[in-house]
Amino acid sequence: MPATSLGQPNAVAITFFFLFVLVTLGITYWAARRTKTTSQFYAADRSISGFQNGLALAGDYMSAASFLGIAGLVATGGYDGLIYSIGYLVGWPIVMFLIAEPLRNLGKYTFADVVAYRLQKRPIRTVAAIGSIVTVLFYLIAQMVAAGSLIKLMFGLRYEVALVIVGFLMISYVLFGGMLATTWVQIIKAVFLLGGATLLTLMTLAHFGWSYGNLFGHVANNVEGGAKLLQPSFTDRIAKSPLDVISLAIGLMFGTAGLPHILMRFYTVPNAKEARKSVFYATGFIGYFYILTFTIGFGAAALVRQAYLAPIKAGTPGMTNNMAAPLLAEILGGHMFLGFITAVAFATILAVVAGLTLAGASALSHDIYVGVVRQGKSTEDEVKVARAATIGLGICAVLFGLLFKDVNVAFMVGLAFAVAASANFPALLMSITWKRFTTPGAVASMVTGLVVSVVLIVLSPTVWEDVLQKGVDKAVLAHAPFPMKNPALFSMLAAFAVGIIVSLMTREQRAEEMFEEEKLRTYVGIGAE
Amino acid sequence: MSQKLSSREILEDADFKELARQKNLISTVLTLLTMASYFAFMLLIAYRKEALAAPIANGSMGIPIGIGLIILAWIFTGIYVYWANTKYDALVEKVRQKVGE
Repeated sequence: MPATSLGQPNAVAITFFFLFVLVTLGITYWAARRTKTTSQFYAADRSISGFQNGLALAGDYMSAASFLGIAGLVATGGYDGLIYSIGYLVGWPIVMFLIAEPLRNLGKYTFADVVAYRLQKRPIRTVAAIGSIVTVLFYLIAQMVAAGSLIKLMFGLRYEVALVIVGFLMISYVLFGGMLATTWVQIIKAVFLLGGATLLTLMTLAHFGWSYGNLFGHVANNVEGGAKLLQPSFTDRIAKSPLDVISLAIGLMFGTAGLPHILMRFYTVPNAKEARKSVFYATGFIGYFYILTFTIGFGAAALVRQAYLAPIKAGTPGMTNNMAAPLLAEILGGHMFLGFITAVAFATILAVVAGLTLAGASALSHDIYVGVVRQGKSTEDEVKVARAATIGLGICAVLFGLLFKDVNVAFMVGLAFAVAASANFPALLMSITWKRFTTPGAVASMVTGLVVSVVLIVLSPTVWEDVLQKGVDKAVLAHAPFPMKNPALFSMLAAFAVGIIVSLMTREQRAEEMFEEEKLRTYVGIGAE
Repeated sequence: MSQKLSSREILEDADFKELARQKNLISTVLTLLTMASYFAFMLLIAYRKEALAAPIANGSMGIPIGIGLIILAWIFTGIYVYWANTKYDALVEKVRQKVGE
């Protein structure tokens, strides 16, 4: 096996990492002086342009899990990685056509603002905030555990030390710099990541004579089982049956439109026009990024697969070949380029967890504290509460990261998408488009979506067999009561069905009248924040 | 221009109704097109994987189709933005003037 310097302290990686931390803390210091009011803390005073927000949205979405994870998935599962990438991408047009502009026009800081706009505030905000926090927590836990393992693997730091560093930095960004700092951290990281991935792709293509044909040919002819990588071969790993594939498709496509940290970004731009433009830029950046990771994955399949991927998989529980991209970087660009790519991955983790923490903190302070406890009266101390929530959530994230250290948390991102598609998206869409939607209908829809998606995931093979019975002999393994890996088909349809039935059984005069008035705001933006 | 319209009156205004109608139409059509192209692809994955496995050059048919789908989704967002920036914003401006905003 060829030697790799991965896992040993790398001077280049450490230099780049310190540079990133220095620059981002500088930005946080600059942003802190512009972060006093609630609008500044949650929404960067709506001062972000469409293009900047496009980069920030892409930054929020391109996590280390999608950079290292999808490249690794392509390297070992080939085409399967592309199936995920396509699903993650097609959520964006849906966000644009159905959600982005009405969300910007009707809401203030969170998506709960929109659902609660013409319904009864307290019950809606309570349930919507729970949906947000659950989504954010699952996503955050997955990122934190990945962060600890990755940093340990890349820099040789202890898992616990890595988590504390990540926790400390993310709390600093959000606490002092609010949305303004978080957005700029996200933008810098997006540029860093797109640049790094582009460079790695160009080096891969250069190695294969600038021809995808040569690259694919090399994989087909020289890699063991390589021909299988070039077509959908292992789909049973991601879905148990054709119905399960459809369920996966639904979760991926509609999950994006219910992710609180993504939805929150639309309040950072001045108006609906900029919101719409930002989705166009974001979709372009993210689509381009997935084409890069696809190429990098095949580059790793061609050049790294035999030597490294399997042994690393065996030695690192909970990590499935996440090191494909860094190892490819080392082969093509040596020690220095490896350092650069690992620093990029670290920066990516930091930026994503900061965005998630801010979204969770605003659900706690804006929806629960102001919306429910203070009954909608925005108070002087709202920013203080938001800051306290940031610290609390940050500490929780580190503790959860420690608690779930040895659990395979890969399913948690899928779970976050399922909850987002089931608990958050149906209620949000119906509140925007359906006049007869009522408070009991909305509450019932969100509760149904949340409960059904979480329960079905626990009963699915992913948790029931792989997590709860980890290491149990196949012969005595108790089969999962729910035979599919992806619950969204049932949980999202149930949320829509329950929302519609309960709304039709109840009547809310005021909400129906407000729907007409609301139209002017939805379509034209008159009265928007 | 005649008298400014109140927000009640504007809801009955022909321009406003046309604006809402067009916006709903294009959103629905583009959503359905996106869903149709993506679900067609996922149905192939679910039921006719071998169609995507057909060899082409050194890869398989599935690769250009998959990459094409990513590009198509982006083109859809581009079409929407182009329509909104040219047609929709003009209608919005017209309605805004009627209510005196």
